[in-house]
Amino acid sequence: MQLKRTPLYATHVAAGARIVPFAGWEMPVQYEGVIAEHQAVRNAIGLFDISHMGILDFAGDGVCAFLDGILTNKVSDLAENQIRYSLVCRPDGGVLDDVLIYRLPTHYRLVVNASNTDKIVNWLEHQNATQHWSIDISVENSNLALLAVQGPQALTLLQDMVGAATDLAAIRYYRGTQVPFLGKTITATRTGYTGEDGFELFVPADDAAEAWHALLEKGAPHGIKPVGLGARDTLRLEAGLPLYGHELDDATSPFDAGLQKFVRFRNRQFIGKEALLEERRMGPDRELIGLELIDRGIAREGTLVVVDGEDVGVVTSGTFSPTLQKAIAIANVETGSALVGATVHVRVRADLRASRVVALPFYQRPR
Amino acid sequence: MNIPEELCYTKEHEWARMEGDLCVVGITDYAQGELGDIVYVELPEPGTHVDIMGEFGVVESVKTASDLYSPLAGEIVEVNDELADSPELVNDSPYDEGWMLKIRPSNLDEDWETLLDAEGYRAVLAESGAH
Repeated sequence: MQLKRTPLYATHVAAGARIVPFAGWEMPVQYEGVIAEHQAVRNAIGLFDISHMGILDFAGDGVCAFLDGILTNKVSDLAENQIRYSLVCRPDGGVLDDVLIYRLPTHYRLVVNASNTDKIVNWLEHQNATQHWSIDISVENSNLALLAVQGPQALTLLQDMVGAATDLAAIRYYRGTQVPFLGKTITATRTGYTGEDGFELFVPADDAAEAWHALLEKGAPHGIKPVGLGARDTLRLEAGLPLYGHELDDATSPFDAGLQKFVRFRNRQFIGKEALLEERRMGPDRELIGLELIDRGIAREGTLVVVDGEDVGVVTSGTFSPTLQKAIAIANVETGSALVGATVHVRVRADLRASRVVALPFYQRPR
Repeated sequence: MNIPEELCYTKEHEWARMEGDLCVVGITDYAQGELGDIVYVELPEPGTHVDIMGEFGVVESVKTASDLYSPLAGEIVEVNDELADSPELVNDSPYDEGWMLKIRPSNLDEDWETLLDAEGYRAVLAESGAH
């Protein structure tokens, strides 16, 4: 398969980034180093190229009703420039993807995981045909780049770059706005995947390199650094945010993953509703827990979680937390088998190593 | 990338240097660069015997875990205790402060013949597409 490249590929190579294949794309995994990039986001600003995320735009009659019948979260009452996190489920409640739905002034937009873009487009087109809609679904990745500007200084930097006419501080979390940026009007949203304040910018593909360099240049006094997928993963893990293929998959329901608040049942129909109602009645048999290793080592994905000699679950993501300076992991375990505060064990290279069960998220930004 | 001429190497990216009758062992500049930020180094207890190319420990970076292989057979007489608290020494100074083991070789002459010189190691890296 031919790997795809974002409009910033050459920029990353020129900057000396280490490039790896990821979800069908050639992406930067790190520039300077995962820990330095991670700290830049926690303490200053990090700039991410996330143009590999699938950007789907919708046009035609009934788009709102079409999407409301597919997403687990409510679409019909979104305000203009409001955004919501949602799951896309199968009829049996298994998660096909986790997505952001945007109600932009002119149309609805969905941003989906790169690894799931083809699957979700096919799923939507299948519903489009079988439910007799005539929605136009377009993948915008060749027209748009998506940049994330994340960290405590992100607001200050972007406010300086968009000018005084737009008050970015007034844009609430999960809201967006159309702002002048380097001579164009772009959509900026107060969203992110790092646990920090920040914005994500939809930039025309042709302007992506100019925007990237301008952000790095204007952000230099703030300590901005370009950040690769390596630190994107450690940041989201500290923030307790799920990653599809790890905490979520088609055998996992939103309830198993603790995402019930993104499933809205009242006065609406959506794919998977019946199965999820039943699951809500029964209670989920799995749950996600946080682990901090007491003993040395890192419990990586696939590591078994052991309580009283019994395997109760498996690590879905694990890393070394640069902020906490200890190994952390998210694990999928039998409900109730590992309560917050308990000491459990993880099987790292044949050794049982002690870990403490902790509440998620591992990190919350100071407010 | 730094590949000192005076050291010997394994294909698994360890280096070896004789100091008196002990062999000092660590991982190469290339290896630390590939691993990225190193956060744990697990080393054996002194007194442990290792075989040639036997596993003697594990190095964990943020991204991945990698086994460590002994360039020589012998008895491990000392490990670098500094690495327990400062694993980043392996990134910062792979050939000096980031050393890992001192081994009393049990089969030095024969084992030493199996190691690569700097030129041989460079050829291994070139073959694997490293740059």
